[in-house]
Amino acid sequence: MTAALTDSATGVAGVAPAPSEPGVLETALRAARADGRKLLIPYVTGGLGTDWVETVRAVAEAGADAIEIGIPFSDPVMDGPVIQEASEKALRAGATPQSVLDQLRNSDAGVPLAVMTYYNIAFHMGHERFAAALGDAGVAAAILPDLPLEESGEWAVAADAAGIETVMLAAPTAPDERLPRVCARARGFVYAVGLLGVTGERDALASSATIIARRIKDVTDKPVLIGVGISNAAQAVEACQVADGVVIGSSVVRRMLAGEGPLGVAAYVAEVRAALDAS
Amino acid sequence: MALVEPTPDGRFGEFGGRYVPETLVPACQELEEAFREAWADDGFRTELHVLLRDYGGRPSPLTECHRLGEELGGVRMLLKREDLNHTGSHKINNVLGQALLAKRMGKTRLVAETGAGQHGVATATAAALFGMSCMVYMGEVDMTRQELNVFRMRLLGAEVTPAVSGSRTLKDAVNEAMRDWVATVGDTAYCLGSVMGPHPYPWMVREFHRVIGDEARAQCEALLGAGEVPDVVTACVGGGSNAMGIFSGFADSSAELVGVEPAGGAAVGRGVPGVVHGMKSYLMQDEWGQVQEAQSISAGLDYPGVGPEHSFLASIGRARYEQVSDAEVIEAFQLLSRTEGIIPALEPAHALAWVSRDREALAGRTVLLNLSGRGDKDVAQMMEILG
Repeated sequence: MTAALTDSATGVAGVAPAPSEPGVLETALRAARADGRKLLIPYVTGGLGTDWVETVRAVAEAGADAIEIGIPFSDPVMDGPVIQEASEKALRAGATPQSVLDQLRNSDAGVPLAVMTYYNIAFHMGHERFAAALGDAGVAAAILPDLPLEESGEWAVAADAAGIETVMLAAPTAPDERLPRVCARARGFVYAVGLLGVTGERDALASSATIIARRIKDVTDKPVLIGVGISNAAQAVEACQVADGVVIGSSVVRRMLAGEGPLGVAAYVAEVRAALDAS
Repeated sequence: MALVEPTPDGRFGEFGGRYVPETLVPACQELEEAFREAWADDGFRTELHVLLRDYGGRPSPLTECHRLGEELGGVRMLLKREDLNHTGSHKINNVLGQALLAKRMGKTRLVAETGAGQHGVATATAAALFGMSCMVYMGEVDMTRQELNVFRMRLLGAEVTPAVSGSRTLKDAVNEAMRDWVATVGDTAYCLGSVMGPHPYPWMVREFHRVIGDEARAQCEALLGAGEVPDVVTACVGGGSNAMGIFSGFADSSAELVGVEPAGGAAVGRGVPGVVHGMKSYLMQDEWGQVQEAQSISAGLDYPGVGPEHSFLASIGRARYEQVSDAEVIEAFQLLSRTEGIIPALEPAHALAWVSRDREALAGRTVLLNLSGRGDKDVAQMMEILG
């Protein structure tokens, strides 16, 4: 990395700001927001069970604005027990990044898809190859929770070139000066980490959730969605008093693990959708 | 070449970095700044030096092993006796440094991962000494094979939580410790047990262990003559902290540096570059980048990755890395016990296993081996194996 690549918007050598033109995911989320709609992105673990692609379609029909697809990784450090269990099960059943993407290619979900996985999956396959594989499967965006701004340069070059939007996470621990720099690199949306901790359901919405969402919205007009710790419809509604939307993960995957099937999971997503629409 | 500071983005060559969840980035930056400032502060250095001396038992002796050397057919064997430190291994050097730093940063709780339990015991010890609370994560499999150390940690007032995911060994204990830290980063310091993880850990932990190499360099000169160094300096490598400690005293000398990995956990020997636990380093992984589970008789080396500076030293050829089998380790464990009256931990027995295997090539040469820990913790396991 050379100093010539330093960009004042991200403050990190070799990390250029995101292209100004919004991609597929960001365009869709901005349009929905402009319609006064609260944004809902459920998370589905790829390769979990034989009907996970049906679940993706059912969740889309139930009112998701986009869907996060987890590509299971052996060491998911940002994930709590539910998504850990789902990842282990999917891996044991033989899921690979390629098998998940192959099945997604024909999913015909009708909403933008974002892949959530860990950086080694992209690094091992090679940045260009992984970005191309995502594009080839019809995936719009990538979320790599262990690839912070300072390390994102090489991946972002490949992702930008392939038209893959890289969603950036912003956490409650970030000092004020950091948030605009993270947002400058974010595409698709800004993922507001709702609490100090890993993914998983909690009894109540953490007070940190709306505080971090407010701080982010003060520095960007990109869509801001709160994830981590959004556990039910009521918490989603509360979060959306400040945020543009929510990501719901463990509460969805727990239902998949419990065998509720595409219909059961979709019923839950529809319930959250209805609560958001009524709020 | 002397070992140097990593680049500002935490790299040794292409290895290292800081691949952590966004939540932890400010904490790593704060830690780096605090360490940099403390390490340049004579007051901090003196306080640590006094602790290592009066509480830790430093300096540790250098022992020349005549009977072992004869048994090996004429290798001149020197052992750096980290087994004689308080808590029975080199781990105390790093832990006292990190605990002192945590106190200086106003942290009140330590969280740690442990494999064999030596780092967990050392962390629990430091927490007791400084009046801090302590949580140790340990793979469920390791809790069974190192039962005694689990009891020790609890006796010292620490809470021990089993890591029940994945291989239920050291790798999974690191995952759990990182998950804890993500949730508790305000009042908690993550006391990482090896030269691994996100920047500044690989550098900081190496600096806290360089006392091993600095002492050994002076002790070797006293024994071998002014300006003289051993022909070979060797140590076992899991994450690689004891090896980095002793290598740092000899990297700028003519001594050959040899790290010894377990064949079932040989990140340098069998891995390719990858990213896990906050760092880019050699890593045992499958064709898709899923991290593989290590298999070793020694819980302390049962790890599919390795510290990034080892990957760097291997890539530039300054150090080389050998692999030994569990069977060779069991032989070496008995060999040192029988010939010198020193029961080694299974971890440093790996280094001796390599010396023993390569004894013909090493005949007539001087070998300094870092005896990183004592074998009390392994006696029950060995009793079962040897019947």
